[in-house]
Parts: sequence; C-alpha cells; structure tokens
Amino acid sequence: MFRTTHRHGPRRAAIALVALSTMSLGMTLVGSDAGASGSLTPPTQGMKPQTSIGKGEGQLKLIAWEGYAQPQWVKPFESATGCQVSTKYAGSSGEMVSLMANGGGGQYDLVSASGDADLRLIYGGDVKPVNMKLIPSWKELRPFLQSPDFNTINGVHYGVSLQFGPNDLLYSTKTFKTAPTSWAVIYSKKYAGKITIPDNPIQIADAALYLETDKPSLGITDPYELTQTQFTAAVNLLKAQKPLIKKYWDLASQEINLFATGTTVVGAAWPYQTSQLKADHIAVDDTIPSQGATGWADSWLLAANAPDPNCAYDWMKWITTPQVQAEQAVSYGETPDNSLACPLMNRISAGSCVALHANEPDAYFNSIKFWKTPLSTCDNGKNDCIPYSEWTNAWTQITG
Amino acid sequence: MDPDNGVTTLDRAENGGTTSLRSSLGQRWATAFLLAPPLLWFLVLYVSSLVVMLITSLWSVNSFTQTIDHHVTGSNFQQIAMGTYPSIIGRTVLLAALVTVIDAVVAFPFAYLMARIATQRAQRFLLAAILLPLWASYLAKIFAWVSILEKGGALDWSFRHLGLPSPNLGFTNGAVLITFCYIWLPYMIVPLFGALERIPSSLLDASSDLGAGSWWTLRHVILPLALPGLVAGSIFTFSLTLGDYVTPLLVGGSNSTLIGNAIYDNLITGGNLPLAAALSAVPIVIMVVYLLIAKRLGAFNAL
Repeated sequence: MFRTTHRHGPRRAAIALVALSTMSLGMTLVGSDAGASGSLTPPTQGMKPQTSIGKGEGQLKLIAWEGYAQPQWVKPFESATGCQVSTKYAGSSGEMVSLMANGGGGQYDLVSASGDADLRLIYGGDVKPVNMKLIPSWKELRPFLQSPDFNTINGVHYGVSLQFGPNDLLYSTKTFKTAPTSWAVIYSKKYAGKITIPDNPIQIADAALYLETDKPSLGITDPYELTQTQFTAAVNLLKAQKPLIKKYWDLASQEINLFATGTTVVGAAWPYQTSQLKADHIAVDDTIPSQGATGWADSWLLAANAPDPNCAYDWMKWITTPQVQAEQAVSYGETPDNSLACPLMNRISAGSCVALHANEPDAYFNSIKFWKTPLSTCDNGKNDCIPYSEWTNAWTQITG
Repeated sequence: MDPDNGVTTLDRAENGGTTSLRSSLGQRWATAFLLAPPLLWFLVLYVSSLVVMLITSLWSVNSFTQTIDHHVTGSNFQQIAMGTYPSIIGRTVLLAALVTVIDAVVAFPFAYLMARIATQRAQRFLLAAILLPLWASYLAKIFAWVSILEKGGALDWSFRHLGLPSPNLGFTNGAVLITFCYIWLPYMIVPLFGALERIPSSLLDASSDLGAGSWWTLRHVILPLALPGLVAGSIFTFSLTLGDYVTPLLVGGSNSTLIGNAIYDNLITGGNLPLAAALSAVPIVIMVVYLLIAKRLGAFNAL
C-alpha cells in the first residue's frame, strides 16, 4: 500500500529540520550568477541535446522528493545500467531551485522538480534541452503530459514528465451527506474552526481558481497568471478565510490526524490522505468540485552541467516505463503519467488504479490546473502579472 | 616548555594581565598555543558565520531564479518593519516572556525543595528526574503534547470524564505556550537549583534569629541571592523560545507563526536567504538587549 508519509515541502518539517540544521556556511557564501530572469528565451535553449545514449558513466546523482528513489526501482536500474544512484532529498521546491542554482554546476544530473519550480529552473539556465527520441516510453505518456507548458518551452523539452496528483477537496462524510460541489465550503463561516488548507504560497492559486467562477468580473483565466487586482482579490479571500482555519497543515500526516480526530471536517488535500484515512476506516471522501482543482505534476529535468548525461538518459528511459511508473504511483500514492500503467498498478495493489485515478477520462485531467511558477510575464503579452516572490511574501502576510 | 607555567600565565592574564609582563618568550608561546584552538573555533566557526549572516541580510535575491544579488541594500529590513512581521515579532517576544515567567514560577518552589529541603538521596533522585526528559528526543516530546492536547486526546478525555467542558486546546497558541513551558522547564530549574543551593544556611538562620518571618526572609534574603540563577535560567527559556520553529509548526494553529517560522518560510519555501538572514538578526538584537539587562542584574557574577 501507500507507505510514504508526506509530500512536498514546507510540509515536511522533520526533514526540513535536518536540512536547516545542516545548512552550511558554504551555502551562505555561494551566490551563483546563473542566468538572467525575465527574458522570454531560456538561456540554454540553443544547446543541442545529445542524439544517442553512450556508455553509462557508472554513476547518477539525483535531487528528488523523498520517496522518488525507492530501492524497489533503483536497485534493478543499477544492475541493468551499471549506474550507481546517489540521491539528495530536497524538502521543498524552493530548496530544489537553490540546490540546482548553487550546486548545479556539475554536481547533480537530474532533479524531480514540481511545476511550481520548473520555470524557475528553465529560465534560470539550470537545466538544458532533452532529446525525447531517446526516451521510448515518452510516447506512452498521456498526450497532455508529453509537452506540457511547465517543462516544454517553444517546443524544446527540458525534461520528461513523471507523476501527478490533484489538490482535491477532502471532507468528512459525517458532516457532508453528499459531496460538496463547490470550493465555497472552505471559505464558509459555517465550518469555522474546522477547515484546514496546506501551508504553501501556491495555495493562492486555489483561491484564484475559486474566484474564477465566483467573481467572473475579475476576469481570471489562469490561476497562476494574476494581475494585481486579481491577486489582491485572491489574497483578500485568503485573509478573510484565516479566522476560519484550524491549521495550515505542513505534513500530510498532520492533515490525516486532523481528520482522524474530527478536529477538522473539510479541507484541501491530496488523494494520498484520503486513501490513508479510508484505510483506517475514517468516514471521509474526496472530490473535485465544479470549479476544478489545482494539481502538482513532477518532471525529471536534466541539469545544464550534468556530469553523467548517459546515465541520466538511462534513468529517464527507466522511470517512464509502465512497470516503474506503476511501482512509483502505488508506492507514493499519486497518478502515473504513463497511460499503460493502470493494469500493472492493480497487480501490485488491487484497486489502486481506480483509487489513484490512473484510468480517468480526459475530462478529469482537464479539470486540473497544474502548478506552474507564477511569472511576471503573462500570456497576454503584457508584463503585469504577479511573480512568485510576491506570492511567498503575500503568503507570509496571510498566515503570519 | 613547562605547561604549568603556561597555565599560570593564563590565570594571571585573566586576572588583569598586569603580572604577566615578566613571562618568558616560551611562556608566551605556550599561552598562544593553548589559546589558539578555542579562539580559532570561536572566530572562524562562530563569529564568522554570524558576520556572514549579517552581510547576507544586506543582499537581495533575484525573485525569479533565486540567485543572490550582491548589491548592498536595506530593503530586507524595510520589509521586516512592515506588514505582518512586526506582529510576528511581537507575538514571539510575548510568548517567550510568558514562557519565562511561567517557568520561573513553576521552577522556584521545585528548585527550592531540591536545594534546601530534600535529603541528599531525594535530591539526587529529583535531579535525575528533571534531567531525564532532556535525553528524550525533542520531536518525540512535542508529538506527545500533540496527542495530549488534540481533540479526543488525553486532556480532552480527562475533562470529559470529570464532567467539565472540553478545553479545546489542540492547535492553538495556548498549546504552543504549554509545550514550550514543559520543554524548557529543566533549563530554568537547574540554574535556579544551583543558586539556591549556594545560599549559606547561616544567612537564613541569622534572618530568623533577627526576627524575620519566613515570608520576609524569602523576599529579602533568598530571592535576591537566587536572582542570578533566575536570570540565567530565563536566558535559556527566553532565547530558546525566541528561536524555536518546530513547536508552533506541530502544535500551533493558524495563528502561531513565530520568528523562526518566518525565517524557515523565507529560507526553505521562499528561497529568500537574505530576507531570512535579516529576520535572524531580530532575535540576535533582542537577545543582546536581554543579556545586557541580565548582566546589570548580576546574572553572570556567579559564573
């Protein structure tokens, strides 16, 4: 079954504890001068990707979410390719970006970045183009994940999509006899003190997604591309929500506990929490309300100065195969990108394909707006969107 | 080279340094040799990392690529002075002060019992009992409090069985306060115990011989003599609360962001090292002020 306890970051206090306590003097001193921001062309766009995979270098260095490099699929990879894998676990998207920016000069080969970090890495010049012809299973990925806008710019791929999941609405079936159809429940005074949402700046996008239909006059079309007016409206919604919040959860296990004890009855979550709670026979369920949901989608991105490019390509080939996709999906509790993984998942854990939404029709996936880094450049060609740094500042102001 | 001479020189140097002029060259070398490792440790590892941190606080970060821009600017401190940061700082200081006062009130009778009333055997047992929890994992203790205070937890259960309304303390600032008071209590008891134990019995006897009641003796004899211990303990409880970010993260609610959490958020989530460094300067400044006051109160005289 699904073993890992928690996911991304700010959420992972215990791991971050270690990260913080080991934060070295060196890291303080080193400020890389990689890449200018704001330009519309990624600095490495012109780099020609390799056209064939040569002999492996004998080693592979990864930056990954914990749970993304389990012995279950790392060991067979090592014996098949001779590439010994060493993994540096990161506690948050921000940590991944700074590890790549400060240590990317040849220390690491690949990073399992989420959509909110991808564009920062791409435009920062920390990752480089990848030749998809060398990755056979790429064609088996769901079509919308083959060249998504969070890892593919101007037709150039900077990595291969990995796994994803929605940030869905978790609710107690004791409180809600029928599934709530709107995100309005987490902004409602009716459930004051019994609501929980993730402690993550990207949560502003969830508010924006709600406002997209609740306040059409704001004209929000993309929850990650917000003008000042739209951004302020989302932030104000979250500020008004704050008194109703019991806890901004940092760890998936915290939210599981909050629902298990009945402290909270509704909140934003991942399918992982639902499956854990249901396994403990807690009366909960999850749903994607009418407004849709935000979601995370991770990719393995190739470091600009990867010292072991052949092993890196071997890994991207390996990790996208249906079997490994199924193993990781079940082990972690997320949805595989490879469309052939579903039957293999059921072989590992019966019913896991349905539980983790691996066989849903396209309509389900279209209802998920995947995380991407908010940039100051909007699709409308103007430069008036609110960049990610403002999001983190605003989040501190909301929760502080 | 005679090591004894070296030590003697050190002692003299410490006591004003006026008599060490006669020391031979060899003795000076011995002094330098002995002082070098701790000084090196202090300067290189301790002071320099602080200096680097303070310099970093004057830089800024490229908001997009998270690379550091090495131009000196005061913008981080401006940012701290605005928005929610003052209320986060205020909340942290208030909490630290409350923890300190509560721990002092709880610790005093306990330390007094240990130092002056208990038999030697009981004293040893009590000291071990106080120090024992320090060997347990800090995280495990916090999680224990989560399970005590949460809905349906031990506290809730006891109140319900006593027919009392639920205290509803889980994930509130009250929970943070209680957990801090528990975790830092030994750091208050031990120095206080040391100070109380050092008070000569003759002074107490004299006080009562001269007709002072026990309350009078406590106020005018014991308390002033115990003050250095109290202040020393308060430095621990105050500074440890000031810097902690795990307790509010785990037992706190939606209104429990402390300075440590703001630093953590800016560093790990936001990737803004300069702003985090600027925020880290805040507790340092607060502690410098606190230590200056403590020094005036004579907290370091007993060291």
